Amino acid sequence: MSTLTDQTAPKLTPKDFASDQDVRWCPGCGDYSILKQVQTVMPDLGRKREEIVFISGIGCSSRFPYYMETFGMHSIHGRATAIATGLKASRPELSVWVVTGDGDSLSIGGNHFIHLLRRNLDINVLLFNNQIYGLTKGQYSPTSEQGKVTKSTPYGSIDHPFNPAALALGADATFVARSMDRDPKHLQGVIRKGYDHKGTSLIEIYQNCNVFNDGAFEIFTEKSSKKQEALFVEQGQPLLFGDNNEKGIILDGFTPRIVDIGSDHTADDCWIHNASDGVKANMLVRFFDDPAMEGHLPRPFGVFYAKERPTYEDALNGQIAAAIEKFGSGDIDKLIAGRETWTIN
Amino acid sequence: MDKEAIELDSVVIRFAGDSGDGMQLTGTQFTNTAALFGNDLATFPDFPAEIRAPQGTLAGVSGYQVHFGSNKINTPGDHCDVLVAMNAAALTANLKWLKTGGTIIVNTDGFDAKNLRLANIPEAENPLENGSLDKYAVKRIDITKISRAALADSGLGTKEIDRSKNMFVLGLIYWMYNRSIDGSVEFLKSKFKKNQAIADANIKLLKAGWNYGETTETFVSKIHVAPAKMEAGVYRSIMGNQALAYGLVAASQKSGIPIFLGTYPITPASDILHELSKLKNFGIRTFQAEDEIAGVCAAIGAAYGGSIGITSSSGPGIALKMEAIGLATMLELPLIVLNVQRGGPSTGLPTKTEQSDLMQALYGRNGECPVVVIAPQGPSDCFHMAYEAINIATRHMIPVFVLSDGYIANGAEPWKFPESKDLPEINVGFAAANTSGDKFMPYERDENLSRPWAVPGTAGLEHRIGGLEKQNVTGNISYDADNHEFMTKLRQDKVNKVADHIPLQTVDNGPDSGDLLVLGWGSTYGAIKTAVNTLRDNGKTVSHAHIRYLNPLPKNLGEVLSKFKQVLVPEMNSGQLVKIIRDKFMIDAMPLNKMQGQPFTTAEIVKKLEELV
Repeated sequence: MSTLTDQTAPKLTPKDFASDQDVRWCPGCGDYSILKQVQTVMPDLGRKREEIVFISGIGCSSRFPYYMETFGMHSIHGRATAIATGLKASRPELSVWVVTGDGDSLSIGGNHFIHLLRRNLDINVLLFNNQIYGLTKGQYSPTSEQGKVTKSTPYGSIDHPFNPAALALGADATFVARSMDRDPKHLQGVIRKGYDHKGTSLIEIYQNCNVFNDGAFEIFTEKSSKKQEALFVEQGQPLLFGDNNEKGIILDGFTPRIVDIGSDHTADDCWIHNASDGVKANMLVRFFDDPAMEGHLPRPFGVFYAKERPTYEDALNGQIAAAIEKFGSGDIDKLIAGRETWTIN
Repeated sequence: MDKEAIELDSVVIRFAGDSGDGMQLTGTQFTNTAALFGNDLATFPDFPAEIRAPQGTLAGVSGYQVHFGSNKINTPGDHCDVLVAMNAAALTANLKWLKTGGTIIVNTDGFDAKNLRLANIPEAENPLENGSLDKYAVKRIDITKISRAALADSGLGTKEIDRSKNMFVLGLIYWMYNRSIDGSVEFLKSKFKKNQAIADANIKLLKAGWNYGETTETFVSKIHVAPAKMEAGVYRSIMGNQALAYGLVAASQKSGIPIFLGTYPITPASDILHELSKLKNFGIRTFQAEDEIAGVCAAIGAAYGGSIGITSSSGPGIALKMEAIGLATMLELPLIVLNVQRGGPSTGLPTKTEQSDLMQALYGRNGECPVVVIAPQGPSDCFHMAYEAINIATRHMIPVFVLSDGYIANGAEPWKFPESKDLPEINVGFAAANTSGDKFMPYERDENLSRPWAVPGTAGLEHRIGGLEKQNVTGNISYDADNHEFMTKLRQDKVNKVADHIPLQTVDNGPDSGDLLVLGWGSTYGAIKTAVNTLRDNGKTVSHAHIRYLNPLPKNLGEVLSKFKQVLVPEMNSGQLVKIIRDKFMIDAMPLNKMQGQPFTTAEIVKKLEELV
């Protein structure tokens, strides 16, 4: 189907994508930054506002559509992915975005989440991961670290957490990326790449909840530790990190190992990132060590995996087109009459 | 020899065998042939939930009853004239349905020691030998042996041959009722066109069965049931789920709005998905979701995008969808919810029928969440009510429940089908692009209190909606106390407005006033109709009204009810419509209930009516 976009229309600005509603997240919430980055990227997509739809579930992040001057639906808990599936399947020309949180997509909506990924509709999923339930005021979430003390886990959480990127790859997602609220440029870049990918794009965004889980990602986002703890992957580039990229990751057989660059190893020895390599992507998303652990691997950010395969909506609408081609448009009177009729005079 | 034919007005045949014996196919084939001949008819398939329950056991018995006649047939018949029993378990499970003096056709091979044991019958009490069947005309045929002999040279294995023996039965029944085998021959050729040997074997046994009737002395005469004197026109045979699907397609074609079905397989609703998934060249999108919730949510997403969003299920699946149906109510989007009811609660009785989800449809969501509820009264009426559901949902921007049930879904009847040009127009318009520069108001309302269907892709209509309480007109989130009360009433008023567009309640049978009105809904129509006819034929005064619009109720229903001294409400539940009637009209309506997973027999209703008049 052709896009609705009229290339002659005047270019929109980020402001054009801000609705007239007051933004009501807590002051200092990471959601503000994500909203701003999305609004910044939007004009560059070259789409009209009316072609864009944001669908969310329930949770703090799910207020997002109210603040976008596009079409939007604030739906029910965990179901945004399923609602978006119906919309995209029937209106493939629209640009459909899902805004969800760690509870919304990985707890109550876990089922729809994995099935969206395997079906691969061309939908962009922004998963705001703050590792806590904010809207219900501070219970642990399916991404909270084990042992976390919250209102519902006074003795510490005993749940093993999900690793959303690994879960997504396990569900055969065709685009898996991670970014953070505190790095606007990186986040904008990843959002844009997600949009450009034809297929479901899962973008996990580390988002600080300064009220109920302040500093959860501090070690990856604060200047003092970011370069040591966060590994920014770029297509075709070696996996390097550290204050002056003095560390690298090499593959020792099937084991990723941290090496010092300069003495025994050069950057050329390192693992060269290739987002179309599914096997390596599966290893990369498993870089999920507790930063407190001795000898831990850094946490990767960027596009881990991107490989297109046919989308669900193209296959669905392709079957319809093929059936019409083969049998002609349906004749309702023939259908109702069926093959065998009899006449009573 | 040419045996003479006896003329009968109507006959009920019950085919019963193991669930692998092909009794449903045998029954369906006989039904199609009878329909093409011009008989009126009604059918009742009765099968276990298990696909292959243990062979030979009572749990594995599958039955198919067909009632055909030269007069108006409203029910599959309380009791059968002929019982086909392929084994001991089938006989044991179904003998209670046979009329005294009726004919039993038994496959004697199904009464060997093993089959008796599986049917829990001590060998000494073999019903074929102990005289317990003396009050019936028992025709003993070793169908298995004859079939194997007939196909000895076919090259097929014993297992394949035994699987074809139902065609012998069908051929024999065709002979008994003076029917041509030609339609079934064509059917078999087409069904097994990729396997000539199987097609030939089935056709050979079909003919063998017919010849058996013609040449042996087992049957002295044929029976002739003349075509029914039905209204002139062109007819076909239709089943309920099929009619639901066609009604939806017709409404889609008539309105020009494409269908999106989001669903999850469940008995007895899956055939709706099967039907619609075939019809891709009608532009129909079917989506087999990961679960019931995703099914309805995808339908809502499609409705938001301008499709007719439909979800289909049965009781437990509907329970899972309820939160999303509440969202559709709040979003004020058209949504069709097809509930093919079955016995409940929980998994309940998947293959058995019940009308126990009326309260669920009316009240089964959180908050006050009124929706439109309508119910077809028979297989062909499913077409009209599905069509009506889309008409209402799109005109009023509201979810519409269609309550069918297992009995209607799998039952077949002749249908004088309409031409699409005669179907009512469905005028649906999407909101036009807004170039005024004024902010678009998604919850502005028309004379039906319906809001505009503002689909993405339309310039100037950008807006946000959601499950949080809405401010009227703007659609913005509102926690205002007065607004919530206003919107709660408005959502009810929207449903009430539908009453301006639906037909007034009529009395289907009998005078408009009197001592007793039988008030039914859904699939009890045929049994009530026949029961009321029985009493009227005996000079009693009884009337029958059948409600197809359950929410809102027809505007004049109170007036109709007020003209009768007594109102009896038969239902296949413990009394749901009767509660509504008592609540809304403050009358002492009486319940008549059946919760056995089986439809009412005519006799059960007649008995109650005789007590009352």
